[in-house]
Amino acid sequence: MPSDASLPAATTTPAPPGPIRAFWRAFRENRGAVLGLAVVSLIFFIAVFAPLLAPYNPTEQFRGFSKLPPFWVEGSDPRFILGTDAVGRDMLSRLMYGARVSLFIGLSVMVVSMVVGVALGLVSAFFGGFIDVLIIRIMDLVMAIPSLVLAILIIAIIGPNLTNTIVAVTIVGLPRYVRLVRASALTELTKDYVTAAKVSGVRKFRLMTVTVLPNCLAPLIVQAALGLSDAILEAAGLGFLGLGAQPPTPEWGAMLADTRDLMLSHPWVMAFPGLAILITVLAINLMGDGLRDALDPRLRRS
Amino acid sequence: MKFNKLLGAALLASSMLVAGAANAKTLVYCSEGSPENFTPSINTTGTSFDAARPVYNRLVQFTPGTTQVEPALAESWTVSPDGLTITFKLRPGVKFHSGVNGFTPTRDLNAEDVIWSFDRQWKPDHPYAKVSAGSYDYFNDMAMPDLLESITKGDDDMTVVFKLKKPNAPIIANLAMDFAAIHSAEYAKYLLDKGTPEQFDQIPVGTGSFSFVDYQKDAVIRFKAFDGWAGKPKIDDLVYAITPDATARYAKLKANECQVMIAPNPADLGDMKSNPDVNVLEQAGLNIGYYAMNNQKPPFDKPEVRKAFAMAIDRDAIIKEVYQGAGQKAKNLIPPTMWSYDDSVQDVAYDPEKAKKMLEEAGVKDLKIDIWWMPVQRPYNPNAKRMAEMIQADLAKIGVESTLVSYEWGEYRKRMQAGEHMTGMLGWTGDNGDPDNFFAVLLGCNAEGKPNGNNIPKWCNAKFQEVVNKAATITDQAERTKLYQEAQKIQAEEMPQVNIAHSTVFEPIRKSVTGYKVSPLGSHEFQNVDITE
Amino acid sequence: MIRFLFKRLALTIPTFFALMFITFVMLRLVPGDPIEVRRGERGISPERLAQLRHEMGLDQPVWKQFLDYVNALLHGDFGTSIVSKSPVLHEFLTLFPATLELTLTAMIFAVVLGVPAGVIAASRRGGVYDQTLMGLALTGYSMPIFWWGLILVLVMSNTLHLTPVSGRVDLIKYYYPSVTGFMLIDSILSGQKGAFWDAVRHLILPMIVLGTVPLAVIARMTRSSMLEVLEEDYVRTARAKGLSWTRVVGVHALRNALIPVVTVIGLQVGGLLAGAVLTETIFSWPGVGKWLIESINRRDYPALQGGIMLIATIVILVNLFIDLLYGLINPRIRHAK
Repeated sequence: MPSDASLPAATTTPAPPGPIRAFWRAFRENRGAVLGLAVVSLIFFIAVFAPLLAPYNPTEQFRGFSKLPPFWVEGSDPRFILGTDAVGRDMLSRLMYGARVSLFIGLSVMVVSMVVGVALGLVSAFFGGFIDVLIIRIMDLVMAIPSLVLAILIIAIIGPNLTNTIVAVTIVGLPRYVRLVRASALTELTKDYVTAAKVSGVRKFRLMTVTVLPNCLAPLIVQAALGLSDAILEAAGLGFLGLGAQPPTPEWGAMLADTRDLMLSHPWVMAFPGLAILITVLAINLMGDGLRDALDPRLRRS
Repeated sequence: MKFNKLLGAALLASSMLVAGAANAKTLVYCSEGSPENFTPSINTTGTSFDAARPVYNRLVQFTPGTTQVEPALAESWTVSPDGLTITFKLRPGVKFHSGVNGFTPTRDLNAEDVIWSFDRQWKPDHPYAKVSAGSYDYFNDMAMPDLLESITKGDDDMTVVFKLKKPNAPIIANLAMDFAAIHSAEYAKYLLDKGTPEQFDQIPVGTGSFSFVDYQKDAVIRFKAFDGWAGKPKIDDLVYAITPDATARYAKLKANECQVMIAPNPADLGDMKSNPDVNVLEQAGLNIGYYAMNNQKPPFDKPEVRKAFAMAIDRDAIIKEVYQGAGQKAKNLIPPTMWSYDDSVQDVAYDPEKAKKMLEEAGVKDLKIDIWWMPVQRPYNPNAKRMAEMIQADLAKIGVESTLVSYEWGEYRKRMQAGEHMTGMLGWTGDNGDPDNFFAVLLGCNAEGKPNGNNIPKWCNAKFQEVVNKAATITDQAERTKLYQEAQKIQAEEMPQVNIAHSTVFEPIRKSVTGYKVSPLGSHEFQNVDITE
Repeated sequence: MIRFLFKRLALTIPTFFALMFITFVMLRLVPGDPIEVRRGERGISPERLAQLRHEMGLDQPVWKQFLDYVNALLHGDFGTSIVSKSPVLHEFLTLFPATLELTLTAMIFAVVLGVPAGVIAASRRGGVYDQTLMGLALTGYSMPIFWWGLILVLVMSNTLHLTPVSGRVDLIKYYYPSVTGFMLIDSILSGQKGAFWDAVRHLILPMIVLGTVPLAVIARMTRSSMLEVLEEDYVRTARAKGLSWTRVVGVHALRNALIPVVTVIGLQVGGLLAGAVLTETIFSWPGVGKWLIESINRRDYPALQGGIMLIATIVILVNLFIDLLYGLINPRIRHAK
């Protein structure tokens, strides 16, 4: 599988399993990463405690107060700090609850992709032969169809809702995990410690999970951070096309799509959901960069 | 073949350039999508009809800006006393477009062309019946196969006789609809001989004021003026700029990249009205957007519950936020511009307190329902999702809990017609300006008292049905008016559904455009349009 | 090398068949019906629906439909669109140049700005330039492009009036035949004054929107690849020998640093086509991405099936090409398997 060679993981050595403190020391050096971590933590905090923090119920409509601008613009109402949307719902409250939806989608996709990706990747690397070819071909197929088109097709089949968004985004992103795990595992399999374990009669399942897997973790963690931000972006894209979370759920992409007709007359309503997506994804990526550098300075993301 | 086409296009381009030097008048119309193809009888969308309309005429037509029928390719017509025979006298000297797709007509329009155009939609053995897998939806929708006995040539080449199986008042108006466009039988034969009949639906030849020049999918359609029976149009080139996004259409209008645009964002109307270069034309739309409660599912079998719902929904707020003011609160099924509208019907006032009490009195407690919303934007409902969210909030105030449900568009309508919904929204745009096209279609039931497919509230009322059925068979408009007004009173009493709004059709045009009229039927015509510098 | 080529080609053939099969099955699983969709609120009677389905061959068993489809495909027939009734291949070929023009210029935009940005950042490692450029790159990489497109339209077109909002050409001023389908080329061929500039103005915003993510990726990749090369002994030696910095970086280091960048560029093709779907939707760009989305909404199976097959073929071929290229650059890989 020559294209594997383009994956950086194939040529790198795994991170030395050092204490967590060493990792934190390295991570701390990167100011951007620390900032990213701080922002991610803040968003996470907001998401968890949205019911306590949000000034209003995100679905409550204040008739007669629709399309208000944020507080620093003339014509605003101090009760609605970031203004209101097309039917008079408080923008700030919707953004806060929206963080819940986006993080939930992102984390779910990440966890499912990790589990399935690791399983398929390891099986592919260990069994080789027909199973390997089959798995890799299927992954190639998935990659050959433009991701958004495939995701839309999947949603068209299983119907648009939050769970199905997670399924579609997971399937579309899965090949990256599988190929990464497979490539790392193949590299590990050539190493002496694996041969030694084999010779000493370690069973295959144990070899896969206990011996080899921990040594593939470093690139996987970086990929997971990347996958989290990608999943949030993809889900927002689906929401923007009306195929994500269903109304009146405050999902950022759907909030953006809802207000497209107000783009000229009330640009504020459109500005905030997009900014929320950008800031969240940017913070996760900053953190991901820091993770990568701290885990292994030679690991690269493309 | 390919090279020839290119060469042709290049020649054409250069000839247009020459015309450009002589200050050709070009009008650009910002349309909203690509046509399916250019034969109206096999299409169903307004976008497709608009794209074919410059090219074709019908026997009769709607006077621009109205729903009145006037002569077109037929100079005159007579109806026999028993109402079973209609004789059309064709206009002499009507020319077909020449030079399109290498076709040069050798004769003027005659009865053969008329018969050919209808037979294609009707007779399975017609040589073009299967071309483009045409399904002739409108011909069947308007029940033409049930109505028509025969269409034959009269005493001479310029007379066509329609024989009907039963008298039918709306049929003349039906013949003004796009599916009844008259094609050139000679062009059809020319393509058949060439072995490329499928081009018939892609490269149109007709008698209209503009002849077809060029079409690039998702980008542009070009026409040029044709000096035909209705006289040469005042503009030289007509261009459809296909621009699906309403914001983009307005930006183009502002930049004078187009002069007429369809379907503005209601939210942008304020800006448009204050723009010194833009005129915003408006016309009450021939449509109804409604919220139907499934009368066959309790508690909606009780009129009090249905009335309570009507009272609970804040339609003024919906007009403001969903229609952005570009709509009119509806109290009847038909819009006020349609004849037989009953203005004496008392509208339901918004009163959540009373609605709550009525529900309690009807013994309805802890009601949980679903609200279906259409996944598409329609003229009668610019934002069904927003409307659903608002209705949901309104119903919450009277203690009704609801979930929002939607399906893919075809699936949505199918399930609704099957009555799977509890409540949901849909609507209708009139085809021909006849009230029958609303009452019988939207609230009709069959002889066994089963609701028709398009009867979304699934409501059957014997009295209502009797009145509407009777009105369809008589031709006297005053008498029909009386019957339809009675139907409206019954509806207001029974409240099978909540009539939300009739949307207003807005069309912004540049101030330089003169002679443009907005059609209540939603069509776009450029025959009489001029443009001044 | 030839053997390697054949082996790779042979491997793609089953992929094609699997692709054909999977898209076919997936499309049949999508609820909805092309006839029902186009009927809108009018509806259709069950009898007529059955008759129309029969005429279109939709009532046949799926396996039979599939065999018919494969048979037609082997004869070069991609089917006919249910909506427009014109051949799918023809529709694809009229729309594809627009997508190709958009993706190619976006790629050029990304490379032309991304590589220098990466080089500058690497050579000023840790400095203000490095931090600013990489900060921007990460922001670009994190951008929800549908929002980015709307914001650009709002600012550049609606407020500053610098660029047109949509379409490929000013239809009043210019009319030239579509010879190649690439507006940039056709406008020059037309010889009309200002036509080329007009085409560029229309292209610029969609190009920026689609090029943003690849630009960020390339800038980041160039930087890290460059940093690695700058550590190598031969670069240190060159510096020690007193060669000017420009010469060392520009000639010796860059050439080697670009090898992984080239691969990354190739890998972006799939991503670009996905991005094109959103970009074309926002800018009303008459390309295949928008067409595919519309075909899904209309349940136009033949158009979807043909469109996905053709797009996937292009992606597979590009990946194959990259593999070959990589094999040429790095001979070890050829022998690895």
